Amino acid sequence: MGTFLKHHRWITPLALLAPGLLWLLVFYLYPALQMFMASFWSGSLATGFTFSLSNWTNYPDAVSTYAPIYLRSVLYAGAATVTTFLIAYPLAYTIAFKGGRFKNLLLFLVVAPFFTSFLLRTVSWKIILSDSGPVLGPLKAIGILPQQFHVLASPMAVIAGITYAFLPFMTLPIYVALEKVDFRLVEAAKDLYAGPWRPGGAIVGAIVGGVLMAVLGFVFNTSPLAFAIVGAVVGAVLFHFRVSESFVRVTFPLSISGVFAGGLLTFIPAIGDYVNAELLGGPNTSMIGNVIQAKFLTENDYPSASALSFVMMFGVLIVVAIYAKILGTEELSAAAARA
Amino acid sequence: MAEIEVRLVDVTKRFGDFVAVDAINLEVRNGEFFSLLGPSGCGKTTTLRMIGGFEEPTHGLIELSGQDVTWLPPYRRNVNTVFQNYALFPHLTLGENIAFGLRRRNVKADEIKKRVADALELVQLTGYEDRKPGQISGGQAQRVALARALINRPAVLLLDEPLGALDLKLRKQMQVELKRIQQEVGITFIYVTHDQEEAMTMSDRIAVMNKGHYEQLAGPAELYERPKTRFVAGFLGVSNLLPVKADGNADAHAVLRLPDGTAARAPRALMNGHTGPVALGVRPEKIRLKAPADEVGGQYNRLEGVVRDASYIGVSTQYIVELRDQRRITVFEQNVERATKAELWAPGEKVVMTWLPEHSFVVPDEGVVEQVGIAAVE
Ligand SMILES: Nc1ncnc2c1ncn2[C@@H]1O[C@H](COP(=O)(O)OP(=O)(O)OP(=O)(O)O)[C@@H](O)[C@H]1O
Ligand SMILES: [Mg+2]
Repeated sequence: MGTFLKHHRWITPLALLAPGLLWLLVFYLYPALQMFMASFWSGSLATGFTFSLSNWTNYPDAVSTYAPIYLRSVLYAGAATVTTFLIAYPLAYTIAFKGGRFKNLLLFLVVAPFFTSFLLRTVSWKIILSDSGPVLGPLKAIGILPQQFHVLASPMAVIAGITYAFLPFMTLPIYVALEKVDFRLVEAAKDLYAGPWRPGGAIVGAIVGGVLMAVLGFVFNTSPLAFAIVGAVVGAVLFHFRVSESFVRVTFPLSISGVFAGGLLTFIPAIGDYVNAELLGGPNTSMIGNVIQAKFLTENDYPSASALSFVMMFGVLIVVAIYAKILGTEELSAAAARA
Repeated sequence: MAEIEVRLVDVTKRFGDFVAVDAINLEVRNGEFFSLLGPSGCGKTTTLRMIGGFEEPTHGLIELSGQDVTWLPPYRRNVNTVFQNYALFPHLTLGENIAFGLRRRNVKADEIKKRVADALELVQLTGYEDRKPGQISGGQAQRVALARALINRPAVLLLDEPLGALDLKLRKQMQVELKRIQQEVGITFIYVTHDQEEAMTMSDRIAVMNKGHYEQLAGPAELYERPKTRFVAGFLGVSNLLPVKADGNADAHAVLRLPDGTAARAPRALMNGHTGPVALGVRPEKIRLKAPADEVGGQYNRLEGVVRDASYIGVSTQYIVELRDQRRITVFEQNVERATKAELWAPGEKVVMTWLPEHSFVVPDEGVVEQVGIAAVE
């Protein structure tokens, strides 16, 4: 046996991979193939479906009809990924470097929402954000917000819902990457004259703060410019005093792998998500997931649903490939430090 | 006298109740190779980190080139550190690692390029600028860390056991190289080590630290020949220490009487400042062994004993000689007069140990250990 294995070294990795491969074959490849076939069907549930390669037109049909919704899905998922990152990074950083003996407790709190069902959490957000719910109700009662003001059924509600739902997926990989950063490297950077990040901190802070507040201004339908200015000033001051050059040149570049993983883990499920758009959104905020879900389960239009799914899958693959090209290489962390 | 580059005044560092550095006063001269030597946990790293700015003293004052820097952050001090684990940035090439400090100071690109090339040449790594830290050996990483610090031309370079991770042979080689580089660039080095030999071969002056303070600060030869405390006597090399009582003077010598009444002499000046009980010390290689019948000049101290053990080491032989009161003395003898094993003194033989009074030293005696530093023989 021993000599047999010695002469057939390829067997060991194959044996180790076998369970996973089998799993993928049965539960991923087979259904995917099935669905791929379905995307070349024509007909309906009542009349029965027939397969024909000439039905490739299902693809252009799906794309041309739903192009705006695809675009919206990418925008929402992208925006949610960015906001998730902006919240998760400081969170992960604080836990990793300032958590002390509360580290495990804090990490537990990050994943604690997972102990409740995804659906239930989203429903409770629907209640919290409802037009006369516990947040908006009192604000309207004392006249801070106009009576017709609403959060639900707006893009922000959907993006915020997705952000909330995937926050742990972003936080944990970033935490893991930060945790591994050797603090002595940060000391070495400080030793080599890395002080406050000047003037980069103020500039980046102004941009981040300005953009975030401008978006908020749009959502609340008040003056986005005033919001943007306040945001820019606060962001500039905050970044100037809190973001050091050792962070920009060392800590952040060394944690990029975590950002990359977190970004993928957030963006990919977010783009296909339909629960948030369904519960927190309105007719004008539906995402591609909602369309596919309706086609599959309500309209029983399997060919269109399958074609839409495949387009989404390839779309995600392309986006991820571009993203990986930009963010996924080790050159990037070096470039970040070099800039 | 050269000007003072680094001055520590009453510098104390507490971690909670624990005093890691205890009111140290220190002056390091410009251009000097200065070592902090001491056993593990004595506060060497903490002292260095306070000079570098990574740790704030609980109280006291730190001056660099005459400027009070006690509360300045590391990036505003004109010192650089070579960390024990090198702390090279893994995501940057060696060239970028070395240029890091200059970039932060907005030095022009073409000057950076030139200085990086010079720095690489100084540490004999020309042509390595595009490698990553993961692609070089420990010794090379050590040189890069050195280049990365030296390129900034700091007033003081701090080195925390920079050779600790290298094997013995490479260590010896790097010791020579470090010394060469230090002389070439003329920068003040403060060097932390727990290896007495390393400190002795490289340093101009050494502060021997113990439990948060230093016991003696002197050049290597003086530390070895005239240790001022038991601790120093034991930490640097091997010492024989005998409890003695002062018994007046004879000419330029103080007379010191051993418990069994034998008299030994030491230079009178060495008795200055000793008020309590003292111990007489002598290094093992300073002692000559004679047969009881041999003629011994009157200028020598003499002590009788019986050989208990002889270990032939090749270059020398280590004897353990027992005195009448059962104290044991270590003697190293070059294998010259008695070169072969058969000619060595044999256990059981009666011998007379002789040495010059000038080779004696005197330390305050708390009267516990008779002989210290045996473990330091390697
Ligand atoms: N951050 C800290 N918190 C608490 N105690 C500390 C801290 N840093 C150092 N100490 C303690 O201070 C003492 C001196 O530490 P230091 O690192 O200066 O020793 P050292 O002389 O460099 O020893 P070694 O040769 O082992 O490196 C040690 O007893 C150590 O446990
Ligand atoms: Mg140390």
